[in-house]
Amino acid sequence: MTQRAGTDVDVAAQTGPQPAELDEDSARWMSSLRSTGARRDQAVADLHALLLRAARFEAGRRAGGMPAADRDDLAMQAADDALMQVLGKLDTFEGRSRFTTWAYKFAIYEAGVKARRRIWQDREVTLEAESWSLIPDTGSGPAAEAEGRELLHALEDGIRTALTPHQRNVLVALAVTGVPIDVLSDRLGTTRGALYKTLHDARRKLRGHLGDQGLAVLADGYVKETR
Amino acid sequence: MTATPLADTLRRLLGPGKPEVTCETCFDLLDQYVDAEVLGQDADAAGPGLRAHLDGCPACADENDTLRALVAFE
Repeated sequence: MTQRAGTDVDVAAQTGPQPAELDEDSARWMSSLRSTGARRDQAVADLHALLLRAARFEAGRRAGGMPAADRDDLAMQAADDALMQVLGKLDTFEGRSRFTTWAYKFAIYEAGVKARRRIWQDREVTLEAESWSLIPDTGSGPAAEAEGRELLHALEDGIRTALTPHQRNVLVALAVTGVPIDVLSDRLGTTRGALYKTLHDARRKLRGHLGDQGLAVLADGYVKETR
Repeated sequence: MTATPLADTLRRLLGPGKPEVTCETCFDLLDQYVDAEVLGQDADAAGPGLRAHLDGCPACADENDTLRALVAFE
């Protein structure tokens, strides 16, 4: 599942912790799910219930305004899909976390993606990088505003001139207009990871553009003149 | 502390500006990262570059928040 997204990405791929011995609860889950007959059936039913709890939790956080029946339907679909994933990947579980934590993340992912897509299903996603501006987002005192405007003008210039059209469209959609990455990946027929790589490359180009203008952005958001 | 609108805009546009993992690697490591956090262990050792990714990717950050809340609740 690992995929490189840039020269400074994937720093964990070769340095993560080694497989660990299973804790007692995780070992019980694995043993039951690898068994046969009634014991396995019960374990699968228990796992589905666990995944449904996680999916409902995430659906409640991301789609609280959705009618309860729709939200529950979404959570059930997410739990069903997560169950298939967990069972299919059972042999990849190495005990680096508790089994339940490992299993939860599949349900949370499925429920989160489904919730974002459901919420945006009737909303248009425009990829016209002409109809946006960063400037109205500023404003916290005259000095900060002046500094912010200068920086944002430099950023706008960078977005319009330093990025490829695809990078510009993706950056504006994700970082300016707030389209969720799963919604955009769905509309563009790609993946979250591929879009994030594009976003990552665009961000790096923008930082480079600011550097060319003699500007650097510090971790706290302040701007530093570099020349 | 609430980020100013400018700081928030910069964060969204420029990202973390640090070495970070991909979304795929983030998903692979998220469970051990969260377990380490909840158990008071060194989460960054469990997932180097993952914190920076969570700062730059709202979708992965949402999943991290939910998983941590769920695990911590148990």
